[in-house]
Amino acid sequence: MKKWSRPVKDFLRATRAVAWKDLAAELRSRELLSAMLVFALLVILIFNFALELDVKTRRSVTSGVLWATFIFAGTLGLNRSMAVEKDRGCLDGLLLAPVDRAAIYFGKAISNLVFMLIVEMIVLPIYSVLYNVSLFEPRLLGVILLGSVGYTAVGTLLAAMSVQTRTRDVLLPILLFPVVIPVAIAAVKASGGILQAWPMEDIMPWINLLLVYDVIFISVAFMVFDYVVEE
Amino acid sequence: MTPMIAVRKLVKRFGLKTVLRGLDFEVQAGEFVALVGPNGAGKTTFLRILASLSRPTMGKVRVAGYELPAQAAAVRRRLGVVSHQPLLYGDLTAEENLRFYGRMYGIPALDARIDEVLELVGLAARRRDLVRTFSRGMQQRLAIGRAVLHDPEVMLFDEPYTGLDQDAAAMLDEVLHTVAARGRTVVMTSHDLARVEALATRFAVLSHGVIAASVRRDNLAGENLLDFYRRTLQEGQASA
Repeated sequence: MKKWSRPVKDFLRATRAVAWKDLAAELRSRELLSAMLVFALLVILIFNFALELDVKTRRSVTSGVLWATFIFAGTLGLNRSMAVEKDRGCLDGLLLAPVDRAAIYFGKAISNLVFMLIVEMIVLPIYSVLYNVSLFEPRLLGVILLGSVGYTAVGTLLAAMSVQTRTRDVLLPILLFPVVIPVAIAAVKASGGILQAWPMEDIMPWINLLLVYDVIFISVAFMVFDYVVEE
Repeated sequence: MTPMIAVRKLVKRFGLKTVLRGLDFEVQAGEFVALVGPNGAGKTTFLRILASLSRPTMGKVRVAGYELPAQAAAVRRRLGVVSHQPLLYGDLTAEENLRFYGRMYGIPALDARIDEVLELVGLAARRRDLVRTFSRGMQQRLAIGRAVLHDPEVMLFDEPYTGLDQDAAAMLDEVLHTVAARGRTVVMTSHDLARVEALATRFAVLSHGVIAASVRRDNLAGENLLDFYRRTLQEGQASA
């Protein structure tokens, strides 16, 4: 066995274990998904009645409404996902395990991403019907995936930080929204460009920005998560 | 003999507040030490440092031959921790909780080990029940199961009796006896002096951030633990 293969195996095993645990617990309780979903559906419903627009204008505002919905619903999920760990002292249980703490971060980030993608996959068809806009464009789904990865990468890190404070529910959005602005702007622009059939060379810079953001924040989280959860 | 836990001049500060003030402490392999002291004495802070959950501000800490915080992963592999919170997931079954922690510790032949641990803590019949349906006592027994799953050399118990009724506490006593009888080194904090007097082989009084006194059970010389504890605190106040 190569020297590095054991730590890598341990890392992947711990990442899988954390993600599995979150998914299994959520499958039973459905607390987090139902809260995110109800919130997301309410937002798109309210926007639908508030913005009585013609078909052309709808296409131009769709990406903004969609990402505002995903981001706000995602914040609920991120907060809850870390609060579950803190409330019963389970975060200590995770930190006591003899694994690289970045594996805990990746496990939590993967489960948060899965929850967010599930909500998005339910919201998209409902949104299509309500706004009479087709959203089943593979490039758009790709942008949604990239944006969600960036959002959950930074969101999981900041949720781990804010959950240690008494004002965690208030603190997470205050910390998260300014940091996530580049993702929000790039995702809105790229999604809007795809829906309005912009040429690909106009959309690519925004997709590249999303890619760079994802890589930077995943790397930053990998390096600093240990310090973030340290007392 | 090299001590299983060796702490020298340990200081822990939270901002301007100093909780531990140059604490020295040693535990030999196989000892069961009860750490007693008034609220705010620093017992939980001290155990959290031993558990690698908190960094010392100053001083040296060695657990199972490894330095903290530099060799924290090696210490964690040899350490089991039970606190007043069960560190369990309510939406998972007893078995799923153990399976999760077993995977985190990379335990080989996990299924057999889970069976063994559930038998040890008397929860084999409830293995497929969700933990949130368990009573506080059952959760605490499962918490002990979680802590011994990887067969640690050192066990830390932080107020394990908190919130337990008499029956649940008596059952926890039995489990603790079994755990200690297997030769593990145990450090336990508790306010229940009568209980720890029956369990521990040595008592240490933590007061004002230092170990004010330490005595083996055989050396109590007719005095009970409560008297020893009160006398130590009074002497501490008089000298302060």
